[in-house]
Amino acid sequence: MINFLWFGMMIIGLMVAAATGRIEAVTESLFSSAEQAVSVAFSLISIMTFWLGMMKLIEKSGLINWVVKILRPLSLLLFPRLPRNHPAMHAILMNMSANLLGMGSAATPFGLKAMQELQAINEEPEMASDEMCTFLAVNTSSITLIPTTVVALRAASGSLYPTEIVGTTIIATICATTVAIILDKTMRALSRKKKKRR
Amino acid sequence: MLQFIVQSVAAWIIPVFIFIILVYAASKKVDVFDTFVEGAKEGFSTSVTLIPYLVAMLVAIGLLRASGAIDLLITLLAPLLTRFNVPGEIIPLALMRPLSGSGALGVTAEILNSYGPDSFIGRLASTMQGSTDTTFFVLTVYFGSVGIRKTRHALSVGLLADFTAFVAAVFICSKVFG
Repeated sequence: MINFLWFGMMIIGLMVAAATGRIEAVTESLFSSAEQAVSVAFSLISIMTFWLGMMKLIEKSGLINWVVKILRPLSLLLFPRLPRNHPAMHAILMNMSANLLGMGSAATPFGLKAMQELQAINEEPEMASDEMCTFLAVNTSSITLIPTTVVALRAASGSLYPTEIVGTTIIATICATTVAIILDKTMRALSRKKKKRR
Repeated sequence: MLQFIVQSVAAWIIPVFIFIILVYAASKKVDVFDTFVEGAKEGFSTSVTLIPYLVAMLVAIGLLRASGAIDLLITLLAPLLTRFNVPGEIIPLALMRPLSGSGALGVTAEILNSYGPDSFIGRLASTMQGSTDTTFFVLTVYFGSVGIRKTRHALSVGLLADFTAFVAAVFICSKVFG
């Protein structure tokens, strides 16, 4: 899937550039995008290092047990087969808390940590597990209570009411997350049926 | 009032969070410095392993933007979407949102500046920007970091969630602000 998609994106880009006479822009964009990718990875190093240090403190001190307790209904609904005290569950719940509270910089480190822990218990290391798919479904629909970046952006561009979009954002994000969870559960059930047939 | 609360929460949340973590850990007699460093060690290697995945994805997205393929798609989709009362000005954001986080933020900033943050378009753009995440980035980075090659239904679910957020944002904003 990803191979096909990447091939398609590259080829369409190249062909459209040739057709619209923007072929010089191609080379330039290739190098600037590659550079941007490396700088994204490098800026991740700093926040990853910091938040993974904090994560260790949260786990070792036992603070994580409070988080697990508070978010228990959510984890039962989304990850019924994942043990409550597994490190993967810890990282998933920390990622969700960070997203909910609008701590974007902390969400990615916790999310990557969660993926590593999920991969450690994955039966087929090249294929995404059910838990990974559910985790990503929740993550890409980005449920949040405080859209901090947008509020800041609105204030910066001179809005009289920067926060008036909080309500509409929460409703839209709840719709997206609900659809994502329902689709994920449906797809999971379908793929299980397929497996049985084999 | 709400604005004051949101701004204070945004400013205080991380410092307060770190304060709680440190004080709680110290009260449980955890060696805070040693433990922090132990966890932090993994940060570098995890980030560096992401480079090839990020380069691959951002180059492809950059190429789609620079070649004019995205503009072309917008021109093709515009007549269809305006029939469903979707303002044409919002379409670039809807297409950019799942592809590129910095790209989408740039489009939103542009919309806020040219139409005004308190216009209908401005409010709609803000709602759309806040209600989903960059699906392609999350998928590439999260799966890439652990070497997953078969992503199953994750991409289609992510994109359908983005589409839902888009439709919901248009609907809710026209009810509330329309």
